[in-house]
Amino acid sequence: MTRYTYYPGCTLKTTARNFELSTIASVEKMGIELVEPDRWNCCGTVHALATDDVMHQLAPIRNMIRVEELLQSGKVDNKQMVTLCAMCYNTLKRANQVFNSDSDRKKKIHDIMYREEIKYSGNVEILHLLEILKEYGWDNIKKYVKKPLQGLKVAPYYGCLLLRPRGIGIDNTDNPSILEDLIKALGAEAVDFSHKQKCCGSYHTVQMKEVVADLSYNILKQAEDAGANMVVTACPLCEYNLGPRQVQIKKQYPNFSSIPVVYFSQLMALAFGLDEKATVFEDNKPDPVPILIELGLIEE
Amino acid sequence: MEAKNDMITIYVMGKKYEVPADLTIMKAMEYAGHQFRRGAGCRGGFCGACATLYRKKGSYKLEGALACQKIVEDGMYIAQIPFNPAEKMTYDIDEIKPDVNTILEYYPEISRCLACNTCTKACPQDIMVMDYVQSALRGDITKTAELSFDCISCGLCAVRCPAEIVPYNIGQLARRLYAKYIDGPSRHVLDRVEEVEKGVYDEEIENLMKASKEELTKLYNSREIDIS
Repeated sequence: MTRYTYYPGCTLKTTARNFELSTIASVEKMGIELVEPDRWNCCGTVHALATDDVMHQLAPIRNMIRVEELLQSGKVDNKQMVTLCAMCYNTLKRANQVFNSDSDRKKKIHDIMYREEIKYSGNVEILHLLEILKEYGWDNIKKYVKKPLQGLKVAPYYGCLLLRPRGIGIDNTDNPSILEDLIKALGAEAVDFSHKQKCCGSYHTVQMKEVVADLSYNILKQAEDAGANMVVTACPLCEYNLGPRQVQIKKQYPNFSSIPVVYFSQLMALAFGLDEKATVFEDNKPDPVPILIELGLIEE
Repeated sequence: MEAKNDMITIYVMGKKYEVPADLTIMKAMEYAGHQFRRGAGCRGGFCGACATLYRKKGSYKLEGALACQKIVEDGMYIAQIPFNPAEKMTYDIDEIKPDVNTILEYYPEISRCLACNTCTKACPQDIMVMDYVQSALRGDITKTAELSFDCISCGLCAVRCPAEIVPYNIGQLARRLYAKYIDGPSRHVLDRVEEVEKGVYDEEIENLMKASKEELTKLYNSREIDIS
């Protein structure tokens, strides 16, 4: 059993619990334990107030102190922290890079955090779970597949934050394959489509849902035209913009039908033969269950 | 213990006073001639009425304490903050749900939290304020209620928060939600109320009402004290 410090992020605890539960259950099968720190805070993506750069880094860096605490107490095996949410991954990894790039900034952050017992070393490594899966090996993952996802044609949607900026991204920025490799390992077909790295509209969804519906429509339309019957994502905000936002898309594009959008981990849980407590498809909109029943991957 | 007779200098609202070194801020201010109409309550560190900001000599750090608990130091600058202006939202506990949306509806500014931890540094109760604000932000009502349990609403966290959040109101909302929806009704209280209504204690009360002062004194002094 390998134990990683696992950083969930706020969304995984609220609207994306299906992402979290399915992942925890799936990787447990693979002998990976995700250890959530007792204390953690916002990854730091929302900086409503700050104008100076140091303040931007406090929230993310504080989470890295939690990793060093866990390591010191022997509760985890390494200085790596795993994230699921692409936004958290991106924010934390970039903050770590900024922290390590400038000794003056490092000192300022240490000074502000004088109450923390550990002075952050800068040595924590931020990983996205997909990177761990890749290292674990696609052939090794295949060993846990009890129910190959035959007939499922999955469009891998990366969005922005998993791949950009270069140096932060988990895969080749222009030609990624990590999601495709996972999809294939699970016995499904990976559908190549033109919009897999296009932006879903991100936080514009709060104020300008029409713009987001436009962007998401283009992504989903391309996926469907390429033959996909499902889309996977690794980001709760993308999931929201591509999934529940289909209600708005239909208002703007009456001919659009619908296509389910799920987290990659939910397909893992399904392929690993785990039950509905692990797959948690009930939280997905639109409902992915009908197509899975049609393909014989879920019993009615 | 031998009393210290040393006199030290403090500054109350910028004015210089010589006061005995072993007094609390509250007693030192009274020694200097201040009379408290607000900013003093239990004098025992429980009520949160005497929130005070101070800076120590030679330190840039703005610190907070309860005036009734903190001992003065030479060169200390002191100002009381007897009240923190903040709107306290009203809600019907039966109409709201124990989830993140309730928190966001009544105190939306919580999403401005930067995790800077200034609130925790300011808390005289050593509460992990930032941690409970963060747990509220992710809808963990139970953790918010537990972490904020010792809060006495002195207001120092709110005074110091750069995001202008009022943490103690959020903690109170979370504790109410926790009590109502998560912890559930307090069984022993309900049982006792039922016993009272059934008249189990009527005779005992009657006897006490009729007892003379001497009898009451005797009963009081011979009562069983459970210190378990």
